[in-house]
Amino acid sequence: MLKILVAILAGGVFAAGLVLSGMVLPAKVQGFLNLGGLWDPQRFGPWDASLAFVMGGALLVTLPAFAVTPPTPRHPARRPWLATAFQLPTRNDIDTRLVLGAALFGVGWGLAGYCPGPALASVLTGGAAVAVFVAAMLVGMAVAKRL
Amino acid sequence: MHPFLQATLGGILIGVACWLLLAALGRVAGISGIVAGALSPQPGERAWRWAFLAGLVGVGAVLTRGMPALPSPPWAVLVVAGLLVGVGTVLGSGCTSGHGVCGLGRRSARSLVATLVFLGFGVATVFVARYIA
Repeated sequence: MLKILVAILAGGVFAAGLVLSGMVLPAKVQGFLNLGGLWDPQRFGPWDASLAFVMGGALLVTLPAFAVTPPTPRHPARRPWLATAFQLPTRNDIDTRLVLGAALFGVGWGLAGYCPGPALASVLTGGAAVAVFVAAMLVGMAVAKRL
Repeated sequence: MHPFLQATLGGILIGVACWLLLAALGRVAGISGIVAGALSPQPGERAWRWAFLAGLVGVGAVLTRGMPALPSPPWAVLVVAGLLVGVGTVLGSGCTSGHGVCGLGRRSARSLVATLVFLGFGVATVFVARYIA
């Protein structure tokens, strides 16, 4: 039960971060991806550097968090508070699926200005546009899981 | 508040949420992975994911309530974009959160490559879209 409450809390704090940072505003996301604005703001509109600070702020926490929380060779006994073991990704290989997937995701992200987190955080309030995006995303995930 | 300060504080909250899920449940807060795994056949793998998503969608709805309607691209563009994001995040094992926030936090080479690739293709897509327009 506690595990469920903490998971709800983590999702809620994540949403608060997305809203405060402006990630739920697709125009702001596209404004960050708009490097053309550095070259010709008349044509492309201004570049908005904000999102670099979102990622920077998050890494201020996650870099130390991942250094001190999971087990290491020197601290093999570390355990999560509410689970028996950490389950973290272990792969190190750079394969075609990774690069191809990231490329497809990048194109979709640029087209709509939504990545999965912000789309879900605004799916109940963003009107039909966000709902259509989320529905298509779920279909895409279901299809890709069979590939 | 200066927009860069606000963005940094929002980023810190996102990082804290990732740390909470890591420290308590031992999991990576990758949104696309949590969504894809919420339909997993193993029941033990489902409950915490639905709980996390309930918090994300619920608190997100409360905090974005009353936000002005945003101008949106045509539905055909949204459908194509959604399909690409869905397929791409499953094939590429992660999105902005799983690779960009948690993966870089873990200093994962795969996540660094994925983050550079999706940022690069995002920039290229916006460039082409605005060049044509």
